[in-house]
Amino acid sequence: NKGDKDGERSEEALQHKEQKPQKTRKRTREGDEIKLDPFPGPAPIPEDRVQKFKRKEKTKTPHHAHYKLRDMIVRSEEASEMAQKQAARFDILLPEDAGFLEGDEDEDTCTISQEDIALDVDITSGAKYFNLKLSQFGPYRVDYSKTGRHLLLGGRRGHVACIDWQSKQLMCEINVMESVNDVKWLHSEAMYAVAQKKWLHIYDSNGIELHCIRKFNDVLRMQFLPYHFLLATASATSFLQYLDVSVGKEVAAICTKTGRLDVMCQNPYNAIIHLGHPNGTVTLWSPNQKEALVKMLCHQGGVRSVTVDKTGTYMVTSGMDKKLKVYDIRAFKPLKSYFLPAGASCLSLSQRGLLSAATGDVVQVYRDVWNTPVSKPYMAHRVRGTVWGLHFCPFEDVLGVGHGEGFTSMLVPGAGEPNFDGLDANPYRSAKQRQEWEVKALLEKIQPELISLDPSELGQVDQATFEQRHQDRVQALGFDPLARQKFVPKFKKKGRSSAGGVERRKKQVAHEDQREIIRKTVEDKMKMDKERKEREEKKKAMLTSQRSALDRFKI
Amino acid sequence: CEEQELNEADENITSEEEEYGCEDDRKRQKLLEAISALGGKRKKRLGERSEAAVQMSEFTVNAEGEGDKIDLSDLIGTMDKTPAISAKTKNRLRKLQKSKKTIECPLSKQETERIQRDVAFQKAATEVSRWDGIIKQNQRAEQLVFPVNQEPSGPKPMERVVTSWKAQTPLEQEIFALLSANKQPITDPILTPTETASLKAMSLEEAKIRRAELQKARALQSYYEAKARRERKIKSKKYHKVHNKDKRKVFLKQFDEMVKTDPAAALEELNKMELARMQERMSLKHQNSGKWAKSKAVMAKYDEGARKAMQQQLEVNKELTQKLITSLNNEEEEEGVDVEVMPDFVNDAEQGLDSSNPWMRGKLSEDHTEKEISDIVDLSAEGAGVAENTAEEEEDTEKVEETEEEALLREFDSRRKLRQAQEADVVPSAAEELDASDKEAEELTEFTSLFRGIAEQAEAAADASPSDTKTQLDEGLMRIKTLEDVELLSQEESAPEIASVQPQPSPATENLPHATQQGGKNRKRKRGIELKEVLTKETKVIQVPLAPTVEDKEDSDENLDQRGLIKEAFAGDDVISDFLRDKRKQEDAGKPKVVDLTLPGWGEWGGMGLKVSRNKRRRFRIKTAPPPPRKDERLPSVIISERKNSSISLHQVNSLPFPFENHSQFESIICSPVGRTWNTERTVKRVTKPKVVTRLGAIIEPMAREELMRDKNHGSAGNAK
Repeated sequence: NKGDKDGERSEEALQHKEQKPQKTRKRTREGDEIKLDPFPGPAPIPEDRVQKFKRKEKTKTPHHAHYKLRDMIVRSEEASEMAQKQAARFDILLPEDAGFLEGDEDEDTCTISQEDIALDVDITSGAKYFNLKLSQFGPYRVDYSKTGRHLLLGGRRGHVACIDWQSKQLMCEINVMESVNDVKWLHSEAMYAVAQKKWLHIYDSNGIELHCIRKFNDVLRMQFLPYHFLLATASATSFLQYLDVSVGKEVAAICTKTGRLDVMCQNPYNAIIHLGHPNGTVTLWSPNQKEALVKMLCHQGGVRSVTVDKTGTYMVTSGMDKKLKVYDIRAFKPLKSYFLPAGASCLSLSQRGLLSAATGDVVQVYRDVWNTPVSKPYMAHRVRGTVWGLHFCPFEDVLGVGHGEGFTSMLVPGAGEPNFDGLDANPYRSAKQRQEWEVKALLEKIQPELISLDPSELGQVDQATFEQRHQDRVQALGFDPLARQKFVPKFKKKGRSSAGGVERRKKQVAHEDQREIIRKTVEDKMKMDKERKEREEKKKAMLTSQRSALDRFKI
Repeated sequence: CEEQELNEADENITSEEEEYGCEDDRKRQKLLEAISALGGKRKKRLGERSEAAVQMSEFTVNAEGEGDKIDLSDLIGTMDKTPAISAKTKNRLRKLQKSKKTIECPLSKQETERIQRDVAFQKAATEVSRWDGIIKQNQRAEQLVFPVNQEPSGPKPMERVVTSWKAQTPLEQEIFALLSANKQPITDPILTPTETASLKAMSLEEAKIRRAELQKARALQSYYEAKARRERKIKSKKYHKVHNKDKRKVFLKQFDEMVKTDPAAALEELNKMELARMQERMSLKHQNSGKWAKSKAVMAKYDEGARKAMQQQLEVNKELTQKLITSLNNEEEEEGVDVEVMPDFVNDAEQGLDSSNPWMRGKLSEDHTEKEISDIVDLSAEGAGVAENTAEEEEDTEKVEETEEEALLREFDSRRKLRQAQEADVVPSAAEELDASDKEAEELTEFTSLFRGIAEQAEAAADASPSDTKTQLDEGLMRIKTLEDVELLSQEESAPEIASVQPQPSPATENLPHATQQGGKNRKRKRGIELKEVLTKETKVIQVPLAPTVEDKEDSDENLDQRGLIKEAFAGDDVISDFLRDKRKQEDAGKPKVVDLTLPGWGEWGGMGLKVSRNKRRRFRIKTAPPPPRKDERLPSVIISERKNSSISLHQVNSLPFPFENHSQFESIICSPVGRTWNTERTVKRVTKPKVVTRLGAIIEPMAREELMRDKNHGSAGNAK
């Protein structure tokens, strides 16, 4: 590592050296003016940006550790610090910024109509607002592919169509001659799954039926877990099933015993499936456990819709009691509760955290529902029929609404993530790139066993097994090999190993140990004191800055 | 070595002597042998010992000269006669003659070899141990690069090229000598040292100004010190008294300003004062109880001055012990009061974000909390008409109180009746069940039924009231079973109406008996209350600009059977108690069971109808340790499964690898990602650096001794990078 550091430094030095001759030349030209580098060293990185990429706390090297352990810890610390700094440094390479709608003074953004927006924006963006009038085949379910280029529509009365929606090119259009409950793209735009009246069918992008999966019957809702290649389905017979689409095997079939499952969403952070139930509960499922991981009572009426944000932090639910609730799903604690006069039937969260809620035929979009209490929507739009499916388009400021009279593509400024990861989901990828990506994705497929509430669980030591093993070992050996060995003073010659001397040496070591403990406790105490002081100061500052409610009567 | 040489020399000498004497004999012998050999018979004769012969018998030792020992002097005797022997040898021999020591016989071959091996090993060990440092360093190095001394590829920095170049020709040397003599830069001509020195130097005026400033400061300091010294030496008590008083006054004035400008420092000062006050209160300093005070007290009767002095002492005490009331303190107190008044706001909002503006909260939360406090009063009050109540409130509060009290009384009556009726029903069944959990469930159902009755009353009242404007869907939900529902419903009903009505703080003292009862109830069904709090958290009404025109059909599925439909429709009714029951069940399942190992009849009488003694039961019932607290212990509306995820444990590490001492070390090292997906390219390269780097085709020579020397000189490993 030293060498590397040296290398870095020498690199930097090199750069400086390269710059210097120019400067000297300048100096000679200009005269006696001296010019030192006003910004020596590498450019500083703002602290908050560094903090953003923090992955772990600092590990402390223990005092009496083995040198190998010490080296290892020091090196990993250095590496992680470097990684953090580098990531923060390169963060500026993602320059795209998400905008949002701003009204004039005394103008609510929710009163601005879609037509006005479409007129005011540029032609390409304006073309993204369109209506498809498909009144024949009933309310439509909607799904966008992971890259956001392709749109899949599934009409209740059997009409299935996939469209390259930006070029408005129809890829295929079929009628399955059966009722369609849900449609979902699989890992790429070459295949999609359709939950039909009885079975689950898989079609390719030309509309050719590839599979009819008889094991999956009466499917009502589907979710696709892109990194696990799993298609999770929830059926009317209260079964939650997982299909591995890379090998075509059923991974798990769980009987939830909670009746008809028609509310479903996934947590993109940890691939946990959330199901909403008519008794007001939301349950969390993984394919590895036959019972619900978590069961939360969210509403007093039935749950109508659930959605989880991209970072896996917030869950938004709406219920029959006409409420809209925001939960911190990591701590399972309610954050906000809203009352919607007509209740929300469909919910969807965008990549940037905009929430769309459909009440009847009105689609409302809310901004930042979890931090600040919202009193009115950010945008609202009335579509022709009852809303049946809502989906934000990834990487675009577009909300797709499937309703009774067809499909509406709405413009919602600030909805999509402006910076895409070209290696993960590239909206502009070619066919070759797609193939390459597919191979890579398959190689990096995550096994379904690794799905758990905490994705970092894999990196933890299996404590229970470890303890069991350790106990066995202790029993076999007759002593604890991991316990710290008792200090036995070395025998010294020339009369220096007298009883008194030995005792003294023992005592010294004991004192050293005790001192370390004391040091640690004192440090802890200092830290706590400091924290408390800071907190108090903050509180005091807040109190001094905060104006009492009665202050307005003072004058 | 020397001894050996000597021995050899001795032998040489003796053989020489013999040679001269025995030459003739030998010739004769040879002749005889030749003659006998001619006879054809070849018989080997054994030679005598006295002669040097190739073959010699061991057994025909002649006894000639036996007994007399050969002395060294005998042998050396001829030494003087022979001139061929050098003087040096002669000397040595003479010395040898003088010394009477016998020479030790040489060590055996094995032993000498062992010694030689030992010595050789030690030599080699010291030689090898010189490399220890380097070897250790290389073992611990993160990366080794071979071959060791390779020049880094790529362009070299100018600096290095310049420094490596040396003046060789006499002309160059001369030039360099000149440059160095005049302190001119040799390598990188940016600034000469003299130039930098001149740049650093100040101008004359500047220096003068600075000097004057310094002088002034020094003078002022000395004046101040002198003054302080003088003042300290003043013995007059009165002077100090006056001085101190003055100081205090000034300080107080400053303090008042400080409160306005720098509240933090003021607070510190305040704390200091508080400390002084505390100390004063603890000590007996100004209490007139000291020796001096006593003497003064004796005098006080007659002496005006003494009396005054005592009085002053007491005043000082009073002054010091007086509690400070400043504006800062007042503020704090006010805030404290505020906090006491406001708790319903504060407790209500879980996050501090919206607590900054209590007005934003509007009516809803206030209403809700109020309801929480006066549980059912509200319902009846609503029956009486909330609007009327609030209208009257401003005119005279007394009347309101009266009406409320009346409502309370009425309410109590009705409740008592209801309870009596309930108890009559419940008692027989309740007596049968002993299980604790069942009891609680029972209680819960009891309460729910109790409230249902009340709710029905309220409903009737609400129906009667003309302000009832409910939508169809609401009416569908009107079958209320729990208190929570009642509250929620009333909230929902009143939400649009009450929005304009001012929040009315409920008088806490007014219904004290009710409150205590409330407390008791709280204890009983704490869980339920918590859950209710969670569920009926303050909700914010959202105004929607567009009202939906289409009534959305919740489920147009024909397959749904009638029963499911009904169930779904009335799902909200008993949601909470169902959930609670479920949670209770889960908790009970997780609890360890008590193992009963009592055997009837052992150690005591057995038979029908005999109870096992308490002592025995206590001894043979084994209670296992309680499990660790559940994860959802503090979350009333959540059930978290406690089952271990066995599928992931297959992939987890279950033993600590070697150098690690605990899990956290291992986990922290594991948790930083390595791959390209999470890191920049340079980081990936740095993290996945190979342990050993070799150049293709390059010969890796073993380390030379010079390397060792170089390392010693540099004090760092050359190859450890």
